Amino acid sequence: MTEKLVIIGNGMAPGRALEKLFETDPGRYSVTIFNAEPRVNYDRIMLSPVLSGEKSFEDIIIHGDHWYIEHDIMLYKGHRIVEIDRENRIVRSEQGATAEYDKLIIATGSVPFIIPVPGHKLPGVLSYRDLDDVHAMMLAAKSRGHAVVIGGGLLGLEAAAGLINQGMSVTVLHISPTLMERQLDPAAGYLLQRELERRGIEVITKANTKEIVGDKRVEAVLLDDDRRIKADLVVMAVGIRPNAGLGKEAGLAVNRGIVVNDQMQSSDPTIYALGECAEVGGTCYGLVAPLYQQANVVAAHLSGDHATAFMPQFTATRLKVTGIDLYSVGDFAEGEDREEIVLRDATAGVYKRLILRDDQIIGAVLYGDTADGPWFFDMLKNQTDTREMRDTLIFGQAYQGGTPLDPMAAVAALPDEAEICGCNGVCKGKITVAITGKGLTTLDGVRAHTKASASCGSCTGLVEQLLHATLGDAYNPAAVQPMCPCTEYGHDDVRRLIIAKSLKSIPEVMQELEWKTSCGCAKCRPALNYYLVADWPGEYEDDGQSRFINERVHANIQKDGTYSVVPRMWGGMTSPKELRAIADVADKFAIPAVKVTGGQRIDLLGVKKEDLPGVWADLNAAGMVSGAAYAKGLRTVKTCVGSDWCRFGTQDSTGLGIRIEKFMWGAWTPAKLKLAVSGCPRNCAEATCKDIGVICVDSGYDVHFAGAAGLDIKGTELLCHADSEDEALEIIVALTQLYREQGRYLERIYKWAKRVGTPSILANVVTDKDKRRAYYDRFVYSQRFAQVDPWEERVNGKDAHEFAALAEFGLPVAAE
Amino acid sequence: MTEWIEIGTVAAIPRRGARCVTTPNGKIAVFRTQEDQVFAIENRCPHKHGPLSEGIVHGASVTCPLHNWVFDLATGKALGADEGEVRTYPIDVVDGRIFMAADVVAVAAE
Repeated sequence: MTEKLVIIGNGMAPGRALEKLFETDPGRYSVTIFNAEPRVNYDRIMLSPVLSGEKSFEDIIIHGDHWYIEHDIMLYKGHRIVEIDRENRIVRSEQGATAEYDKLIIATGSVPFIIPVPGHKLPGVLSYRDLDDVHAMMLAAKSRGHAVVIGGGLLGLEAAAGLINQGMSVTVLHISPTLMERQLDPAAGYLLQRELERRGIEVITKANTKEIVGDKRVEAVLLDDDRRIKADLVVMAVGIRPNAGLGKEAGLAVNRGIVVNDQMQSSDPTIYALGECAEVGGTCYGLVAPLYQQANVVAAHLSGDHATAFMPQFTATRLKVTGIDLYSVGDFAEGEDREEIVLRDATAGVYKRLILRDDQIIGAVLYGDTADGPWFFDMLKNQTDTREMRDTLIFGQAYQGGTPLDPMAAVAALPDEAEICGCNGVCKGKITVAITGKGLTTLDGVRAHTKASASCGSCTGLVEQLLHATLGDAYNPAAVQPMCPCTEYGHDDVRRLIIAKSLKSIPEVMQELEWKTSCGCAKCRPALNYYLVADWPGEYEDDGQSRFINERVHANIQKDGTYSVVPRMWGGMTSPKELRAIADVADKFAIPAVKVTGGQRIDLLGVKKEDLPGVWADLNAAGMVSGAAYAKGLRTVKTCVGSDWCRFGTQDSTGLGIRIEKFMWGAWTPAKLKLAVSGCPRNCAEATCKDIGVICVDSGYDVHFAGAAGLDIKGTELLCHADSEDEALEIIVALTQLYREQGRYLERIYKWAKRVGTPSILANVVTDKDKRRAYYDRFVYSQRFAQVDPWEERVNGKDAHEFAALAEFGLPVAAE
Repeated sequence: MTEWIEIGTVAAIPRRGARCVTTPNGKIAVFRTQEDQVFAIENRCPHKHGPLSEGIVHGASVTCPLHNWVFDLATGKALGADEGEVRTYPIDVVDGRIFMAADVVAVAAE
């Protein structure tokens, strides 16, 4: 008969315990989980990348719904347990659900520590603990206001970095003199502070919060020296405390956490405590590696192995902020019996410090270059005698025994028991065995089979080197995402080869680059068609059959298979004549819906495909052309009325918008391109969330770019200032051409800019005027072939087959 | 005995393209591949009823324009991770002319 196992809490530790249990003793228990959070098990360590926008929630799910189904687990989402009835072995949730248990695991984690200063309950004061907090922060970040993070520890700094990525300005308040003082010595703390400040995060140390002030919601934070820091959002990340209340109410022994023995059993042997809520050997743990070790102990005990016991161990800390390398482990306080070795390279921003006692490493702090962290850690754990290598120890493993400065060699030299993944406790031997035994060739494969690099991901580089060292050239570390399954080449390679090999048609590209399919797929063909259109103007013949339907028939397909038609309205200006023509067309073709679009034009919705040429002919007759509302190309240039009408207008924004649109219409781009021109910084044309936007000012034109207001929301970056309309136009056109030449198909301008970096864009279109002119000229040349109204072409008979049925069969005349 | 009716010529359909035949029962999409093979399937994706004739044709398959389901033109079955299928209709090509069974294109009169 199966035994009943009930788990309170659905975090990473119980998730790991279950995985282990199903592996060693499948079918022994029927499992019920109560999760106070309304969701499945996810990787809490990765909340920071979710906050910074580098990952989505889906990316960090550990066990999706199917996993629970597969293992017959009853998962109560959003059920908080309010009572443990130890006498009858029953737990009860807030909603009244109950479950009997033979074995119970309490894994309620921790709760954020809230400093009870006045105002800590104001709306806008958040903690940083779970996905709801992250969502609340991301929502608050949309206001682009100022955030104050209280707490300069690991969590607080990750929150600060995430919020600044989301577009907020951020101040970090930290009570100690240096940041992360529990993990870093003052020197490394200082380097970290300098790096954060360089990124625009204000850091105030020795800051003691006195009060959070605000009327209806948070407005500012007051320090005890009466400094006042404006705040639209306050994140408290001052620490956590074990969430042991449930254990206490049930009468279990509780100190800081629920007291357990080294087999993770509480004072009631049928009840285990696991994770941050447990106190083992007088310590509560918060980092993932010891918690996973606890999970293994619980799983072993549940499957009858009573020999496995929890052993306290050192764990290494890394900061998960992109671009900041920081590693610390062990004990690094100064002391009489200790020696230290320090290496500083101010220019490179590198700081390394090793703390030794009796010639053995007992602690390490690395900043800026952390590649040797695992090596030092390994020696620390093995209590290696370092006398022999003392002189070169600080330079790292590559300098020992004359081995070359090659990270591959360093990894190859590691012993099999060297730990690669600290989160999941995976050693080198386990990974190499999995690579060879299971025939793994990719990082994802290693993650799936060993869990190495599957949690925080900071050992990804090491795992890749191991793949390389084990597989040799069979492993391609470049990790270029192929365009699609038809090829091994990534977008950038394909573009490069199209130019280098002078490839001028889709079949030529597929032949020369050894496509694996006869004529590609719906992913690569439109991309190739765009690349060829952009790279060989006037030479390449557009392949309509490789375009999506919208671009093939120059209208937008709707969910019912009808189309929408949007004529151009230059700069958003129209006239009675145009409006009359639109009204007449809507009547004549019984078009069911007419709508004003977000791009300052009019959309005719529900047009039957066969009516398209007729609709276009009438619109053409009134002087209107296609608005390209369907195109990966220039869409609209929104404008405000500017100095023509507005009492605040500084320049003729409408005129400039029309000029830009008339100059650029017809151009194909990697993804859609939307522009706007505002006549003053009040920005009525909303230019600062466009792909390219112009804000007119008294002294000229501020050219912005790389905004987004779709799936992502992002304000533009200021590219440069232009003194005249001509200069502004030249810059915008050159920028567009650079994007046309470098952007990957379907990559919006803000993603392209993030990938190539603003400095390289500035160098091409702002600082070097010759280069700018060259890009401008290439765009102008390509427009000679692009500025043809596709509607007019089709009114005149092009692609007529698109708009008529091959054959039509009605109901036959009924036979007598 | 099924009567076969001509519905048009192969040349009238662009390579890697499709055109429709309208019938009282709805539209049938007639495809022509790069290699001039011709297939006829129901012009209605089982997912959200996208018009398959408007999709991109690659090899002997088509990608639905609405949500990128891919169908094998010969079997009508969805490829990849999606599950579903569309009806296929027998056709015959003689001297570049396409024929279809009469009872398919017209509802048989009583």
